[in-house]
Amino acid sequence: MEQVNVKINGVSYEVPADSTILEAARYAGIDIPTLCYLKDINQIGACRMCMVEVKGARSLVAACVYPVNEGMEVFTNTPKVQESRKMTLELLLSVHDRKCLSCERSGNCEFQKLCNEMGIEVENRFEGAVPAGKKDYSTLYLERNNAKCILCRRCVAACQNQHVSVIGANNRGFDTEIGCAFEKPLGDVSCVACGQCIVSCPTGALTEKDNTQDVIDAINDPEKIVIVQTAPAVRAALGEEFGMPIGTNVEGKMVAALRRLGFDKVFDTDFGADMTIMEEAHEFLDRVKNGGKLPIITSCSPGWVKFCEHYYPDLVDNLSTCKSPQNMTGALIKSWYAQKEGIDPTKIVSVSVMPCVAKKFEIQRDDEDGAGLPDVDISITTRELARLIKRAQLNFARLPDEKFDDAMGVSTGAAVIFGATGGVMEAALRTAADVLEGKDLESIDYTEVRGTEGFKEAVYKVGGMDVKVAVVSGLSNADALLKKVRSGEADYQFIEVMCCPGGCVNGGGQPIQSSVNHSFYDIKKLRAQALYDQDKNMPLRKSHQNPVVQKCYEEFLGEPGSHKAHELLHTTYVKRGY
Amino acid sequence: MQKRISNLPFHDTPEQAQKLDAVIESLKGQKGAVMPALHQAQEIYGYLPIEVQEKIAKGLDVSLEEVYGVSTFYSQFALTPKGRNHISVCLGTACYVKGADKVLERITQKLGIQPEECTEDGTFSLTACRCIGACGLAPVMTVNDEVYGRLVPEDVDTILAQYMA
Repeated sequence: MEQVNVKINGVSYEVPADSTILEAARYAGIDIPTLCYLKDINQIGACRMCMVEVKGARSLVAACVYPVNEGMEVFTNTPKVQESRKMTLELLLSVHDRKCLSCERSGNCEFQKLCNEMGIEVENRFEGAVPAGKKDYSTLYLERNNAKCILCRRCVAACQNQHVSVIGANNRGFDTEIGCAFEKPLGDVSCVACGQCIVSCPTGALTEKDNTQDVIDAINDPEKIVIVQTAPAVRAALGEEFGMPIGTNVEGKMVAALRRLGFDKVFDTDFGADMTIMEEAHEFLDRVKNGGKLPIITSCSPGWVKFCEHYYPDLVDNLSTCKSPQNMTGALIKSWYAQKEGIDPTKIVSVSVMPCVAKKFEIQRDDEDGAGLPDVDISITTRELARLIKRAQLNFARLPDEKFDDAMGVSTGAAVIFGATGGVMEAALRTAADVLEGKDLESIDYTEVRGTEGFKEAVYKVGGMDVKVAVVSGLSNADALLKKVRSGEADYQFIEVMCCPGGCVNGGGQPIQSSVNHSFYDIKKLRAQALYDQDKNMPLRKSHQNPVVQKCYEEFLGEPGSHKAHELLHTTYVKRGY
Repeated sequence: MQKRISNLPFHDTPEQAQKLDAVIESLKGQKGAVMPALHQAQEIYGYLPIEVQEKIAKGLDVSLEEVYGVSTFYSQFALTPKGRNHISVCLGTACYVKGADKVLERITQKLGIQPEECTEDGTFSLTACRCIGACGLAPVMTVNDEVYGRLVPEDVDTILAQYMA
């Protein structure tokens, strides 16, 4: 890579020739404030927060889009720069609702942080008309409050990045607002519920639909037995909400916190992930043997399923009919577990903690009620769990490490890696290979499908048969692959799709990291590493070896793909179109 | 102000549909095709209802929101149809101080529509416009190409009656 010499605030640095001033400065450890910039997602130079002085330039320049050149001299902290940034913040604040005290993002808001650092007064010299700001509460999973929107367009870029593009800037000038075509509510357009807009938002304009009070009410109801399950990706990110480094696995403390919050049982969605593998591997082998629809495409990711239903309705028959691990766990809690423990299933409140907002949509779909009751009653995000922990004043860092409850808390390494892109594929291959070979194979690391790249493919010899697999994450990648499947150009037998780039670790329900941290860390990679490390150290690493899974089939379901398994653990899809 | 969106039913003749199809076909695959497509579609239909924008979005393989965003950004794009008679009431400074707002109010009451709307029978549409350069006649309104000046609200009734037949 060609290097150039630049001077930033009088100090010389050698930086890559293709960097912007912002990248060069961050590389040199000098921070320039930004609002609209989000690495790899939004680089449009719109908000004017990152203005810097460049020697010889007529006016201030936007560091996030201005390229460096040999001999350039940049000043990031002059009075002129400070005055410009202050004015930008004052103007933005003059049309903001300023209800920080009750805002979900207070303390984690990039706009609030900058106003605070720059000493901006709440009442400022640009007082005037304040637009009401539309509020959109039309979906089951997401809320928009434009009174807090600063029009940075990070959500718009995130939505485009997901190849969905249902939101954008409407109208003009003072009337500009982010919304959907023809001012329709989000619930009436083909939004896939991925929540990538939420984790891109620098302020509190976008949040998940908060269900924490529903959880508290259930726990406080003496008639109810409240059972919680947590997805693999949650443990890899929850610690960030409590100031721990990105990629810290906090499984033990998370379990301890859930018990202290008052949940009667703490189960692991990983158990459901192992069940999913049993059913999905069986379904795959069955489709191969009996000429069923191929490629089979995974269905764990509800944002992806909704995308497929809207934009590729002709391919819904390719989706595995398996429910997601969340709903498999939920269905078995209200059937097998309730039966075993002699509990009336109508008294159970089944709660899930997910890295995802689309899960809030998934639990209310048709055919997600295996035991005649909703598989899951309340689904909350990783962020909402953190909110519950904070509200209960638990000192998270000082909690002991505890274990999941045995009944549905035993899992395998195969299930843990569900949280990262490629994990479901690898888990399925581990089981399918053993089933076909009829033995316990030792080589079980399918490293070709690991890693956070958006598209991966490989051919594996499984039981004497060549299986061509593809793994994609992020819906742009899914879209490109599906076009090929539709045209017949792609000849895969098994495809894993995860809606969010990098898989669930980077889900729309995960802790929100600032733009600065997005610049400095590969967040999804660090979180995924926490899961692969856990997998490596687990005694059991194949789903079919999970003793609770084995017991569940022996005592209750019979065998994978049985009639009962179909009733409880499989679902149907809708051709939605757009 | 947010652009007003028509809630009148959309009427489409086979000739219009064919013309729009040809426009989309000619622009397919080109960068920046949304603007010219909207321009030509408005020439065909007089305005840009959701049915037309959806056709453009699908045809050019861009999202409906992108098309809608462009159509609401530029003031020359209309999302409501024009009536057989188009009324413009000048709300420029001179007309305004001479009571143009009262004239406009009378029209909205009389026709039951707001600026940027069209009556259900398609007889009238209404806009509030900026200075048309006839300040000496303030307050001024135009119906189609006809200019009416030195108005008082009561004049509205007789003027509109001429076009109602």
